[in-house]
Amino acid sequence: MGSVGAKEVPVLLSPEGLRIDGRRLDELRPIHIQVGALHNADGSAFVEWGANKVMAAVYGPREVHPRHLQQNNKAVIQCKYNMAAFSVDERKRPGLDRRSQEISKVIGEAFESVVFAEEYPRTSIDIYIEVLQANAGTRCAGLVAASMALADAGIPMVDLLPAVAVGKIAGKIALDLKKEEDNFGEADLPMALVPQSGRLVLIQMEGHMTEDELGQALELGVQGCREIYEKMKQALRDRYSTGPVGGSS
Amino acid sequence: MSDEVSAEILTTHILDLAAEGKRLDGRAPDEYRPVTIEPGFVATADGSALVRIGTTAVVSGIKLEPGKPFPDTPNAGVLTTNAELIPLSNAIFEPGPPQPGAIEVSRVVDRAIRAAETIDLTRLCVTPGEKSWVCYVDIHVLDHSGNLLDAASLAAVSALAHSTVPAKRFEIAEADYPLEVLHYPVECTFVRLGDTIVVDPTFDEERAAQGRITVATDEVRRVVAMQKGLVGAFSPDDVKEVVRRAFVHGDRLRALAKGGAA
Repeated sequence: MGSVGAKEVPVLLSPEGLRIDGRRLDELRPIHIQVGALHNADGSAFVEWGANKVMAAVYGPREVHPRHLQQNNKAVIQCKYNMAAFSVDERKRPGLDRRSQEISKVIGEAFESVVFAEEYPRTSIDIYIEVLQANAGTRCAGLVAASMALADAGIPMVDLLPAVAVGKIAGKIALDLKKEEDNFGEADLPMALVPQSGRLVLIQMEGHMTEDELGQALELGVQGCREIYEKMKQALRDRYSTGPVGGSS
Repeated sequence: MSDEVSAEILTTHILDLAAEGKRLDGRAPDEYRPVTIEPGFVATADGSALVRIGTTAVVSGIKLEPGKPFPDTPNAGVLTTNAELIPLSNAIFEPGPPQPGAIEVSRVVDRAIRAAETIDLTRLCVTPGEKSWVCYVDIHVLDHSGNLLDAASLAAVSALAHSTVPAKRFEIAEADYPLEVLHYPVECTFVRLGDTIVVDPTFDEERAAQGRITVATDEVRRVVAMQKGLVGAFSPDDVKEVVRRAFVHGDRLRALAKGGAA
């Protein structure tokens, strides 16, 4: 994970309680969302989140490939998460690895939980997530980008899916880890929230936390997701509002 | 209406327009779409560029890593080019191993870079026969609206021109240094639409085309690579004509690729 030259563990938390990039423990990195970033896709979005750059595209509802996956009562949702070879410090061999396949699966399942798939029987809704530049939290950035792309494609859903990772650095629970914090931190817990219901449709965790810390992490994550949710709604308004009607707040 | 039927109607329309010297997007036959290059688009790469030709978008990232020279070229570094035509960029692409189209893009871009001696591979050798730099040129197509070859080659060359050799990171030298680019090959692609040969084809024009031809030129006025593709034919006069036009477009694109080069 670490870059070739990195040997020392950096100081992740200053005595003042500030992180290596000067953030507080409950602070997100800057997030910029562009809805409709691609011409060919039915829906698309580009998300810059800290030093992450992630593009997402949605195609469909369209014919199902391969055909045997077709379902008579609903659309199948197929998600492909992929990292560009140059997106990380040491070049990643192109193509699907086990990590990408797992992430594709959990993100796809998260969207199956909110998309009204029964509206489009015998079709496929294909979600493509391309990580161009990675700096921890790419699956969450990918989820946010894919949510926006689905909305841009006009696919009906219960809600958008804001997502964020919470971790543990220097013994403290922290929101939205960046790369150094992820590499040298003690835990990482990505999650995706359905804001309307307050339920999580993606939860993963790696590392170690106490029960108390886990509770704290979930609370902090939900709070972070709600903050991101506002940015997502604003990005949609920026793209689609045409005047005072509908509000540009 | 099925895609096949609408494509057929569009093809007929494109060919009818071309017969009058017109194009669907209002361009003249020898008019290129607007081109923008954003070098340094990917900070994790050792060099990168995002190229847009109209609504076609391609990003290229360079990674340099220590490796072993090939036994038959012990004094040279290694250059490998790989293009991914990912399903994000157009409905026609499906996930899976590289298809012939992607392989063609990688190979044609690679050929121009190699033939023009864009980078001096002997300078990428660290210890003859033992250790050399491997220069990976990875090309990702984000939005495919036609003319991937030009976009890919422009992205690759722009990325190389803005690359840093990470010598310090791999403890090969005291400091990182810029990758030296000696030549700027640029590809320029044309398609035949009836008797008209148009530059910089769109996706629909490529689908309607009766032959495609790509000419790579460099700044010392060499043609360094060519590739004919799709079903169709070009006369020797056609080829001379497109080569002449490729130099004109090439010079302009090259200036963009060099722009801000370190």
